[in-house]
Amino acid sequence: MPELILTKDLDVPDYHRLAGYRSRGGYGALKKALDEMTPATVGAEVKKASLRGRGGAGFPAGTKWGFIPAQTEKPKYLCVNADEGEPGTFKDKVIMERAPHMLIEGIILSCWAVGIHHAYIYIRGEFVKARKILQAAVDECYAEGILGPKVMGKEFCLDVTVHAGAGAYICGEETGLIESLEGKPGKPRIKPPFPALVGLFGCSTVVNNVETLAFVPHIIERGADWFLKIGSERNPGTRLFGVSGCVVKPGVFELPMGTTLREIIYTHAGGLPEGRTLKGVIPGGVSAPILTPDEIDTKADFDSLAAKKSMAGSGGLIVIDDSVCMVRLLARIARFFAHESCGQCTPCREGTDWAFKVVSRIERGEGQPGDVDKLASIATSFAGITICVLADAAAGPILSFVQKYREEFDLHVTEKRCPLENKAPSRPGP
Amino acid sequence: MSGESNEIRFSQKAKDRLAWYLTRYPTRQAALLPALRLAQEEFGHLTHPVMDYVAGQLELPPVTVYEAATFYTMYHKKPVGEHCVYVCTNVTCFLKGADQLLEYLSGKLGIRPGQATADGKITLFSVECLGNCDKAPTVQIDDDYHDCVTTESADRLLEKLR
Ligand SMILES: Cc1cc2nc3c(=O)[nH]c(=O)nc-3n(C[C@H](O)[C@H](O)[C@H](O)COP(=O)(O)O)c2cc1C
Ligand code: FES
Repeated sequence: MPELILTKDLDVPDYHRLAGYRSRGGYGALKKALDEMTPATVGAEVKKASLRGRGGAGFPAGTKWGFIPAQTEKPKYLCVNADEGEPGTFKDKVIMERAPHMLIEGIILSCWAVGIHHAYIYIRGEFVKARKILQAAVDECYAEGILGPKVMGKEFCLDVTVHAGAGAYICGEETGLIESLEGKPGKPRIKPPFPALVGLFGCSTVVNNVETLAFVPHIIERGADWFLKIGSERNPGTRLFGVSGCVVKPGVFELPMGTTLREIIYTHAGGLPEGRTLKGVIPGGVSAPILTPDEIDTKADFDSLAAKKSMAGSGGLIVIDDSVCMVRLLARIARFFAHESCGQCTPCREGTDWAFKVVSRIERGEGQPGDVDKLASIATSFAGITICVLADAAAGPILSFVQKYREEFDLHVTEKRCPLENKAPSRPGP
Repeated sequence: MSGESNEIRFSQKAKDRLAWYLTRYPTRQAALLPALRLAQEEFGHLTHPVMDYVAGQLELPPVTVYEAATFYTMYHKKPVGEHCVYVCTNVTCFLKGADQLLEYLSGKLGIRPGQATADGKITLFSVECLGNCDKAPTVQIDDDYHDCVTTESADRLLEKLR
C-alpha cells in the first residue's frame, strides 16, 4: 500500500474537530515550527520539498511564496482557493469536510513563513456543508488561541476569514478570485502585475489551493527529504485523484504522483463496468485535453501529462466508455465554457459561444460540410490571446476531441446521425 | 418604488451578521457578496429595492451592487419558490443520466428549468458541476446535496418538500 499523507486519519472519530485532529498529532507541526524554526526555515523547507500547486498549474508553492517582498508597508494576504469549480473535481471538499484543521494548520504555517496576518478562504457558495464545518473549525481555533492576536501564545497574530463565493467558475482563476473577494464581478485581471506584488486590496498576495496548503504541515513535521522520496521525479508527494464517470468505484484516491492513469482507473477505481470498454479519459478536470486508451500508461503527474499535450490540472479523472457519443460529450463541455466565460474578452465571449453552437449543430445532425474543421479553427482562434486562460481551457478539449475522434465527428456531418446506436448517455441513473 | 423600499429592512440578526462581516475586511465593498447572500436569505430574491438597500448599508453606488448581483448565478434576481432544486447537468452527471433526470423532474413538476411550480413551492434549475462528481448525478435542494439521485430517490426527495 502506498503511504497516505492527507487521508491517513480521515476515519478517526471527530477528526474534523480540534480534539480529534489533536489526538493524531494535529498542530504538532505548527508547534515545532514556532518553537524550533524561523519563518525563513519554514519557507525554505517547503521550497526544498518542491511542493507543486494542486489547484491546476503545478507551480511550486515555495517559489511562489518567494515572490512576496519581505518588507512591505502594506499588509500581505493569503487567499485560499477553495472554489473547486473545475468540472470533474471534488477533492478539496474532502479536506474541508473531514480534515479542516489540517488546512488551517497549513494556512497558519504558510502565513507565518510569508509574514501574512490575514488569510481568506474563498469557498464556492454551493459548498454550504463544508463551509459550516470549516467555520466551526476556525471558531475552535480562535477559542483555543490557535488563531487570533497570539497564535499558540507566540508574538504572531493571524486572522482567518471564511468567505463564500456565489456561483461562477471563473472565480477559481486566481485574479478572478481576488476581484470577487473585493466584492466585484470575478473578472480576471491582466498580469503582470502578478498577485504577489499587486493582489488583494492592492497588496502582495499568495493564492494557493486547499490541497496544496494541507501538505504543508506534513512537510514541516517530516521534512522535505521525506516528501521528495514519494512520487515521481520533479513531482514529489501524493495527490488526491478524483475519479468519476464510467467506472465501478468512483471516488477520491490518494496516490503517489506519477501513478499511471491505468493504475488509477483499473486498480483503484475498480475499472469499467462489465461489458464496457474504455474510450477516453480526461485526466485533470474538463479543461484537460482528452487521452485515448493507448495513452493511459502515462504517469498522472504534471510533467508527464504535459508531455502528452494534456495536463494534470486539478487531478480529476473523468472516465469515458464506449457507449458515450464524443460529439455529444464535447457539446456539453463547450456549453460549460460558453456559460462560464466572464465576457470581458471578445474572443473568449464570442468564440466559446460560437464553438458551442457549431458543435451542437453537428451533434443534432445539422452540421454543414466543413463544420468539423470550422470547430477546430474557432478553438485555435480564441486560444492564447485573452486576459486569462479560460479560453485556452475551452480550446483544449475541442482540439483534442476533434483530433482524436475525428471519424465520429465526420460521421455526424456526412450521415447526419450518431454512429452509436444508443445516442443517449449510457446509464439512466447509477 | 420608494414606498416599497421603506419596508425593506434587515432583521436584527442580519444586521449583526453584516456588522461582523464588516469587521473582517479592510473595505466595505468586500462585504458585498456576504451581504447579498444575507439579503437573499431575508427577502427571498434580489429586487432593485433590496439591492438599493444593500448599497445603502455598504455605502456603495447601487450600480456596483447590480453589477455583482447579476454576475453570480446563486443570486436570484427573479422570485423563486419556497424550495430550489438544482440538477447538475455537467459532464459526469451527464454521463450518469442527468439529462433524463432533469427531464423527469421537469415533467413531474410540470415546469421547465428556471421556472417555479404554480403553487410557488419549487423552482427547478439546471446547473454546472457541483463538485460532487463521484456521486453523480447530483441534485442540490436548497443547501443540501443529494448523491447518486435516481428517479425513485428524486420522488422521495420531492415528497419531503410537499
Ligand atoms: C478558469 C480557471 C479556473 C480555476 N479554478 C480553480 C479552482 O477552482 N481551484 C483552484 O485551486 N485553482 C483553480 N484555478 C487555478 C488558479 O488560478 C491558481 O493557479 C491556483 O489557485 C493556485 O494555487 P496552487 O498553486 O496551490 O495550485 C483555476 C484557473 C483557471 C484559469
Ligand atoms: S458533474 Fe455533476 S457534480 Fe460534477
